[in-house]
Amino acid sequence: MVAMVEPTGPRPRPLTPARIGLYAFLFISALFFLVPLYVMIVTSLKTMPEIRLGNLLALPSAPSIEAWVKAWSSACTGLTCNGISVGFFNSVKILVPSVIVSIAVGSLTGYALSFWRVPVAGILFGALMTVAFVPYQIFIYPLVRIFASAGISNSLPAIVIIHTIFGLPTMTLLFRNYFASLPIELFKAARVDGAGFFRIFWSVMLPMATPMLIVAVILQVTGIWNDFILGLVFAGRENLPMTVQLNNIVNSTQGERTYNVDMAATLLTALVPLVVYFASGRWFVRGIAAGAVKG
Amino acid sequence: MSAAMTQASSQAMSHAATDKRCDVSVKDVEISFGRHVVLEKLSLDIAQSEFIVLLGPSGCGKSTLLNAISGLLDVNAGQIWIGGRNVTWEEPKDRGIAMVFQSYALYPRMSVRENMSFGLRVAGMPANEIQKRVADAATMLKITELLDRKPSQLSGGQRQRVAIGRALVRDAGVYLFDEPLSNLDAQLRAELRVEIKRLHQRLRATMIYVTHDQIEALTLADRIAVMKDRVIQQLDTPQKIYREPVNRFVASFVGSPAMNFMPGRVERGATGATFSLGDLSIPIQGYPFKSPGLTGAAVLGIRPEHVLSGAEAGPNAFNAQVEMAEPMGADTLVWCRTPSGASFSVRVDSGPSIAPGDTLPVSFPVGTLSLFEEGPDGRRL
Ligand SMILES: Nc1ncnc2c1ncn2[C@@H]1O[C@H](COP(=O)(O)OP(=O)(O)OP(=O)(O)O)[C@@H](O)[C@H]1O
Ligand SMILES: [Mg+2]
Repeated sequence: MVAMVEPTGPRPRPLTPARIGLYAFLFISALFFLVPLYVMIVTSLKTMPEIRLGNLLALPSAPSIEAWVKAWSSACTGLTCNGISVGFFNSVKILVPSVIVSIAVGSLTGYALSFWRVPVAGILFGALMTVAFVPYQIFIYPLVRIFASAGISNSLPAIVIIHTIFGLPTMTLLFRNYFASLPIELFKAARVDGAGFFRIFWSVMLPMATPMLIVAVILQVTGIWNDFILGLVFAGRENLPMTVQLNNIVNSTQGERTYNVDMAATLLTALVPLVVYFASGRWFVRGIAAGAVKG
Repeated sequence: MSAAMTQASSQAMSHAATDKRCDVSVKDVEISFGRHVVLEKLSLDIAQSEFIVLLGPSGCGKSTLLNAISGLLDVNAGQIWIGGRNVTWEEPKDRGIAMVFQSYALYPRMSVRENMSFGLRVAGMPANEIQKRVADAATMLKITELLDRKPSQLSGGQRQRVAIGRALVRDAGVYLFDEPLSNLDAQLRAELRVEIKRLHQRLRATMIYVTHDQIEALTLADRIAVMKDRVIQQLDTPQKIYREPVNRFVASFVGSPAMNFMPGRVERGATGATFSLGDLSIPIQGYPFKSPGLTGAAVLGIRPEHVLSGAEAGPNAFNAQVEMAEPMGADTLVWCRTPSGASFSVRVDSGPSIAPGDTLPVSFPVGTLSLFEEGPDGRRL
């Protein structure tokens, strides 16, 4: 006879082979991503003689942030040796206006396409989506020519416009779908209240789109920060973004390869997306919870 | 003291309604979505201060008509007139209307106060005037203590009050309601129904009210427009709609429990007109036929509450076989069969118990029955 247990409380979760397999898989995946990060961090804190010993996984004997300082302020990117800080500020200069403008334009087009009966809305949206699937390398040469003839090539406005254009399909899709999920009666009520196109967008729709705004900021910040080719082609010599500078540091082959500086520079470059992910997690959940239309 | 305040505020509110003309005319309006025609040459004249209810089954175009009147939807043909002005091409805000939606449609990120004042702020009204109007409307609807809450912190009934309040502050001559109570439970619905009726009596504004709840229609309306199949089937007072439905659709749609229909023949003999149901002959002498002298196949319609039974049945009674009894509180709905096998229901007082298998003497008094042409949509004879 099996002893009968009266079922109360949480259901028991026996450790089945499938569950063990699942945990093993999760653990290995985590290692796969964490080990390189670990190696980078410890290497960046070592001195060159210690690195030469070749003990990749060992902790630094005397941790020092010298390599970080050097990477930030005096590593050589090509001919100049001002460190990656120049690239960092260039990237910020590109990032801030690009994120703002691309989200502003994308949310506005998404709103227009979902609530207002634009005569060719369907065609417009289809075209936008098709363009989203065309590899953007194809557009680079024509756009370079267009910007050159407009006299704004190799400048900050050029790269901001580029990021806005290439962000448009995703941003529009994101906001269009979100706005399409809102009850149409809200829009009707605002129209009866006398609000126009922009007033409804600004006072009614945008405050409700907080979760989407956060998603959009995450997507655009990481996307634009990680961009390499567009920055290289369109930003101009003075505004080369951090990724391009990082490449220059890592690939400048004067003398010995300073692995600790390379690692520190790489980590510095990765910092912004990392911070965005960590900081936005909470806001993301909060934004979604606050976005509930019917309480 | 609060009653006095309510009185004062209602006078302020009703100011515009008595000042302006606010009759509504819908003239030959046609609306279609692609090839799907929703309204066909629909005309409707609504007098000032009238309470009109648009009643009809789901999908018959009630909301479409209301949206056309409000200007949220363009018409394909025809005109909309409000207050003697052709407003067919005007924006919703310029039509002098206010609207209450089924799903409340409160702006979720604004407080109740901001929700109610949004339209006024858009219109650029001075702050003290806005303040006053919101306070007045809030007093009238008893939501003053909710003014600083967000819509998500309100119950369904409170939300609907706020939605009505948002319409009220606009001080419009015409109020449009699109099934405002259908998301609420029965008790709350009854409560707010009374409140809307009271509001109408105070404001004397024109109100157009969409519902598919016939109780709401019968209790609120000055006139009911019963809609189906792209057109208005009947536009009349609740009494007329209930007593003299123009066709079988209206007859069966209005009234609960539903009207009984029994097919038979109209015949004329020595004793006058009769309606024969199998072997049964029901005297219908005095029925106001639209075309006198008519005979032939027809359908008799009678409401369960109009069938006389037991001692009241009188000399014309026949014996019906009881099949089933449904107690409904105050009365009981008894399902019976005529000797020829036609099924019908009778509403009786819940006093003496009636069991299946009993026989019940019943009669169909000519004063309350209706006769229709054959077929499911037969017209009144
Ligand atoms: N935007 C639209 N596009 C296409 N068809 C529509 C649209 N809006 C409504 N319809 C159609 O028009 C008809 C009438 O719709 P409407 O919303 O007016 O019905 P209703 O009488 O209000 O119904 P309910 O009682 O369910 O609210 C329906 O058959 C509906 O499918
Ligand atoms: Mg509707």
